[in-house]
Amino acid sequence: MKPGWEMVVGLEVHCELKTDTKLFCGCPNMFGDEPNTNVCPVCLGLPGSLPVLNQKAVEMAMAIGTALNCEIRPSTFHRKNYFYPDQAKDYQISQYDEPINANGHLDLPDGSRVGIERAHMEEDTGKTTHAGTSGRIHGADYSLVDYNRSGVPLVEIVSAPGMRSSAQARAYATELRAVLVASGASDGKMEEGSMRVDANVSVRRSAGDPFGTRCEIKNLNSVRSLGRSIDYEADRQIALLESGEAVVQQTRHWDEDAGRTVALRSKEEAYDYRYFLEPDLVPLVPDAEWVEAVAATLGMMPATRRARLIDLLIDGGGASEAQVDQVATVVDLGLDDLVVAAVAAGVGSGLALARTANEAATDADAARRLDPGSYVALLTMEGAGTLTATQAKAVLADLLADGGGDPVTMAKARGFEAMSEDSLASTVAEVVVTHPDEWERYCEGGEKGDKLAGFFTGLVMKATRGQANGKAVAVELERLRGS
Amino acid sequence: MTEPGRLTRDDVAHVASLARLHLSDEELDLFTGQLAEVLDHASDVASLDLAGVAPTAHAMAVVNVLRPDEVRPGVDREEVLTQAPSVEDHRFRVPRILGEAP
Amino acid sequence: MVRAGEWSAVDVLEQHLAAIEAGDEAIHAFNLVTADEARAQARAVDRKVADGGDPGLLAGVPVALKDNLCTRGVPTTCSSRILEGWKPPYDATVVTRLAEAGALLVGKTNMDEFAMGSSTETSAFGPTRNPHDTGRVPGGSSGGSAAAVAAGFAPLALGSDTGGSIRQPAALCGVVGMKPTYGTVSRYGLVAFASSLDQIGPFATSVADAALLFDVIGGHDPLDSTSLNRPTPRVLSVIDDGVDGLTVGVLTEFLDGAAPDVADRVHQAAEALAAAGARVEEVSVPEVTLGLSAYYLIAPGEASSNLARYDGVRYGLRIDAEDTVAMNTATRSAGFGDEVKRRIMLGTYVLSAGYVDAYYNQALRVRTKIIDGFAAAYRHCDVLLGPTAPTTAFALGAKTGDPLTMYLSDVCTIPSNLAGHPAISIPFGAGDDGLPVGVQLLGPALSEGTVLKVAAAVEAAAPPLAPPAPARAPAEGVAT
Repeated sequence: MKPGWEMVVGLEVHCELKTDTKLFCGCPNMFGDEPNTNVCPVCLGLPGSLPVLNQKAVEMAMAIGTALNCEIRPSTFHRKNYFYPDQAKDYQISQYDEPINANGHLDLPDGSRVGIERAHMEEDTGKTTHAGTSGRIHGADYSLVDYNRSGVPLVEIVSAPGMRSSAQARAYATELRAVLVASGASDGKMEEGSMRVDANVSVRRSAGDPFGTRCEIKNLNSVRSLGRSIDYEADRQIALLESGEAVVQQTRHWDEDAGRTVALRSKEEAYDYRYFLEPDLVPLVPDAEWVEAVAATLGMMPATRRARLIDLLIDGGGASEAQVDQVATVVDLGLDDLVVAAVAAGVGSGLALARTANEAATDADAARRLDPGSYVALLTMEGAGTLTATQAKAVLADLLADGGGDPVTMAKARGFEAMSEDSLASTVAEVVVTHPDEWERYCEGGEKGDKLAGFFTGLVMKATRGQANGKAVAVELERLRGS
Repeated sequence: MTEPGRLTRDDVAHVASLARLHLSDEELDLFTGQLAEVLDHASDVASLDLAGVAPTAHAMAVVNVLRPDEVRPGVDREEVLTQAPSVEDHRFRVPRILGEAP
Repeated sequence: MVRAGEWSAVDVLEQHLAAIEAGDEAIHAFNLVTADEARAQARAVDRKVADGGDPGLLAGVPVALKDNLCTRGVPTTCSSRILEGWKPPYDATVVTRLAEAGALLVGKTNMDEFAMGSSTETSAFGPTRNPHDTGRVPGGSSGGSAAAVAAGFAPLALGSDTGGSIRQPAALCGVVGMKPTYGTVSRYGLVAFASSLDQIGPFATSVADAALLFDVIGGHDPLDSTSLNRPTPRVLSVIDDGVDGLTVGVLTEFLDGAAPDVADRVHQAAEALAAAGARVEEVSVPEVTLGLSAYYLIAPGEASSNLARYDGVRYGLRIDAEDTVAMNTATRSAGFGDEVKRRIMLGTYVLSAGYVDAYYNQALRVRTKIIDGFAAAYRHCDVLLGPTAPTTAFALGAKTGDPLTMYLSDVCTIPSNLAGHPAISIPFGAGDDGLPVGVQLLGPALSEGTVLKVAAAVEAAAPPLAPPAPARAPAEGVAT
């Protein structure tokens, strides 16, 4: 980002709801079926058809609103009128000046807060495929329309223009996705189109200036594309302005291969959608009980899960920056319940976190399916010194590969028996006896003396081929020194 | 409140285009005259001071009409496609679409 | 009679089909006569009666349906080129209810294109003629249904009423026509014109028959969000209760615009009601004079949106072109008639940015005033009385030159649509030219019982009206 300039970013996210049926009719809400098999008079816009609102879709929209700290309000539906082949009625039923959710916010892991202006309900369009060489609209000879997706429920989440970097925008999209999944409303699959992100980008010289002209970027299929396209677009606008030209308000398409945004047909004026209240629907007025009932069934949000783990770390003595990153990873992968279970059973929070973020995370799918009891038992063995770190990691790998099991049995199978106290003491004694000079210096103590503990531990480890528990060795050395 | 100006030929040409209607010059002239007359008549409404009056969009005040999230039978695909002007691959075929959706 | 097994449904049907065959060429009430389908239905009814089953409240009764009601597998054209030949893959809810009641679908009736008109002259398939004088219009937009009942082609018919499209043709054709309370009859399967105003209602030769038909088609429908989920008045049982103790308000603003012979009939009806025991007084509801203007802002606005779907993509007419926009434009320009185009453009204009508040939203405020005005009147009246249409049937072609003149036919009917209130037209003698006159009764929301009670009393006192030639088929009342 060029110095002397600030970028301003707002994101519009369309989220498909995971309902069984469409927003206004009983057709299946299903991806991938044979074209035009999940249709009816309503979602085909046949003459005489009428919409009836899906209760579950409303509840999911309310769940999203709650998760995003919005006011849940009485709302109405409006018609957004425009002609397009994938729009079965040539108008979309959406929400205009009275949306169901408004004035919320999303707190990001870095501590920043992005305002959310609204999260409203609307219906999706059908899907067009273009017959021609590129499969894209331009240059196509004709197009084919499938209305299976027509009428699928969407929630459109509009952020305030509150982001100031592509990194922040990426963090917002990532956190929002996690929230949408946690709320039960969506599966958050950007690549499959169940979560679609458009970015509005403008630039200005300083924070005090009014917002510059913005451009909308569409066709972003991943968080990475989101970041790249925002940076490209900001640079493009800066270059224009610095050379004395103006930024034209337009919609631009992100070309992933070329790594740039491309203007679509430039619209000189905003399209007049001629919004008016949908006469075929009635207002939605959720009472306090309904809102509370939806909020009560809402699962734990990612921020709460992260805070929960941070609290455990703080109880255990503090959270380093590296550990904060580990917490984010663990929550993102849905493995935080394992950490909580381990700490509750007496495992140290640092160990529980590290093992989960570093090792369990390598096969997160398997880890999520693990019986927490086995996982906790394994970590308890490591914490007590019954297994070394190396050994514990090996057993964990086995647990993940096998999809579960008994850690004690698995440790035995690998030959990881804990060394008996006697054999450990005798090995330490032997090493001490064979190195009298070092032992004398160690017994003198002080910084130099204490350091030799590592020398002796290394010899013990070599003699026992790694089977000795480093901590137990240190304890034995101390005991000998003291006696 | 300020009343809109009289309906012009350009206004009619504009809304015809928005509504995907093509009008010949004669039609444009004829319709402009007829529609202007209707709007003049309706100006008795436009000029009223109704600032304190709430608009009624629905004559019968009903709220919260919902249906359960349960699958219902749709329509037979063939029955619908046989009524379609042009079909290919079980999809509705349309000529070249020039632009993205607004 | 059919239910009781005295007549066979097949015989009754054949009589009506014969009447249609003999008389409809001159009238053009029907776009399509569904003789074979009706015969199959009739045979099914007779079988059920023979088996001792219950064939339904309308068993074997031929019913004509306005051609904007979806009938599965049977063309539903809205009398427009853009839907010529289109066969819906589903039935309207009212069609299903009629079938369940054993009624026979005898045909789809002609109408003004997409229900936009007051004379059935905007039909793309030629006008319907008034059976009382084939040089005259039957009224509109449900002119075909009104004419079918007036000519004896069917004892019952369904129409739709957005600004008077059932009541006005009923008046001009000398039959009973009712627009019920908004939300009492499901709109699912009614091709939409103006969604917040449209209602389906009955045509019949008597108030009792209209009541019966209303009882059959009315009631909550989960497929229509605007359908009322509370008990719809069941009216057939109350219509003979009499008018003792009821107050009837004669609406002065409606009388003001009526021709003298029509006004006379209204006064005559008022006197008859007084004689029957009602209290009759004059009432003024000044707000109703704003109804016409508000209507011609709200209805076209909604219509412009409802008719956007006719774009040549999924059904109906398509005129091919190089690209989709050109195809939409060519299709709609060829497929819609002038009146439809006018209303679409007017509606697009009043909804457009910069004008929507001055026009459309303002009209919605006027609607509130009209509702309040009626409410004030109903504080001391049970029903209101007035003419249905300002004049008797006018000549074909008399008003087609100037849209505004045609719109003025609806001044007495529009306010009830805006308020969502029930209203009925009852034949009450003839005008100076011998053509039928209808008087109109209006009531507050869900007052069908009271309205029909008073209507029955008006009917009982109605001066005789000569039936149209050719003589009607010997149709006895259905509700026996």
